[in-house]
Amino acid sequence: MLHMTKEKIHIENLEVSIGKEHILKNINCTIPEKKITVILGPSGCGKTTLLKSMNRLTDLYSDVKINGKIELNGKNIYNGISDINDLRRKMGLLSQRPAPLPMNIFNNVAYGLKISGRRKKRYLRLRVEHYLKQANLWDEVKDRLYSPANSLSIGQQQRLCLARGLAVDPELILADEPTSSLDPISSQAIENRLMELKNHYTIIVVTHALRQARRIADYIIFLYLGEIIEQCEASEFFNNPKNEITKAYLRGSFN
Amino acid sequence: MKNSKYRKNEEKIFIMLMQASCGIILLIMGLILLTILRKGIPAFSWEILTSVPKGGFYFGGEGGILNAIIGSIYLAMGATFIALIISLPTALFLNVHLRKYRKLQNAIRLFIDILWGIPSVVYGSFAFTIMIYFGLRASLIAGILTVAVFIAPIMIRSMDETLKTVPLILYEAATSLGSTKFEISYKVFFKQCIPGMVTAILLSFGRAIGDAASVLFTTGFTDNIPKSLTQPAATLPLSIFFQLTSPIPEVRERAYAAALILTIIILLISITGRGISLRYMNNQIK
Repeated sequence: MLHMTKEKIHIENLEVSIGKEHILKNINCTIPEKKITVILGPSGCGKTTLLKSMNRLTDLYSDVKINGKIELNGKNIYNGISDINDLRRKMGLLSQRPAPLPMNIFNNVAYGLKISGRRKKRYLRLRVEHYLKQANLWDEVKDRLYSPANSLSIGQQQRLCLARGLAVDPELILADEPTSSLDPISSQAIENRLMELKNHYTIIVVTHALRQARRIADYIIFLYLGEIIEQCEASEFFNNPKNEITKAYLRGSFN
Repeated sequence: MKNSKYRKNEEKIFIMLMQASCGIILLIMGLILLTILRKGIPAFSWEILTSVPKGGFYFGGEGGILNAIIGSIYLAMGATFIALIISLPTALFLNVHLRKYRKLQNAIRLFIDILWGIPSVVYGSFAFTIMIYFGLRASLIAGILTVAVFIAPIMIRSMDETLKTVPLILYEAATSLGSTKFEISYKVFFKQCIPGMVTAILLSFGRAIGDAASVLFTTGFTDNIPKSLTQPAATLPLSIFFQLTSPIPEVRERAYAAALILTIIILLISITGRGISLRYMNNQIK
């Protein structure tokens, strides 16, 4: 099945260390296009670091050393990228805790459009409505588009962040435990959205929740202590795990 | 092992200590305000507010301190404006561009703190030396520049302290939307910190309008209202000083009227500033 889909991201011999800590060791993996890939593993195994090295958010931290190759559409993002912001715009980020910008709901979604030079009022209105609908938030906020984003509930804020991320027209959605701070109903709303969006976007979700992975994953990358233990189709991972560590993890022996 | 009674007493004592400290501060402020009001109101008159000193003003003659009021407002506003132009980019650069260079950040903060600690009279005499070198006379513009340099460290560090509180996830979110550092600075960090920025500007304005030592050599003193930047100007703190050191009782009393006016100006500016920052408070992300 996997060999039939195009690969979106290809990672080769990736080594990441922060200060003296060796976070990721010899990572080799492939992320298929227009699927949900779940990066699974216990806390502190380097899942988030792996995700953040894909859109080079790791550039923001001091003492980060990265070796190896990450290719997006066949081009190495750590070598010879002309515009880092272009690269980041191709990947929408959903973080653990929603981080709306300090402005109103409308401007949060319009922000990405505005910084890329789109300023026509009518156009912005249409796009904002479109993306808020895609994030399943439009009906709840259409009457208060100009109130501050932080007046929304946490679950709504996370959907707002999804809409904001979609508005820059990305190719990928990177989600870093996107439901960990949400209530069950909001979590489900986000999961359902991701399931629908995978027809148009390549989605990478970091999680430590096995049940969530079971629900949404097409493809699984299992990380343990900074190394990839297993990567395969979700069905194969859950029904027919090969590695002893995977088996133990699936049994719930550690978390 | 601490038992619950011990912990309860500990709690009580610390609450009392904190209340006492708070009380002392309020008491000092109350005493200052009371003195200014009690001595200032009787000496206050329409004439003081609306006219410049006439002949023999400092010996109890007629006139007012309009020259100093206008001079101080020009000086403080000019200096605050110039300091803002220097401080905002510095504070944003420090927090956005240099975010991952901790050592450099700390070194810059240390230097700015040292500048903050230098007494204003040193800034005044430093500026005076430069003025002599270039053959310049005491003037409003010289005072504005001197005071701007002297309040800039205060403004930078106050802005810096509020910018430090911007959560990392907000920085990451803005970055991953493809924002440039410039956009992150002015569209996200600045907006998030508007209330703190207003406080920083007010604090600096207060220092600018209240300082006597830095303007003594640089702005000079005059009985006229300055008509251009190159003319000398009077300032309220110096006006208070000259009147307070007079041997004549009526002149000394008028000093309190001047102090009252200075206090009211600062109060008005603070209230407007708070109003502005309250308007932007509700967009802040916690």
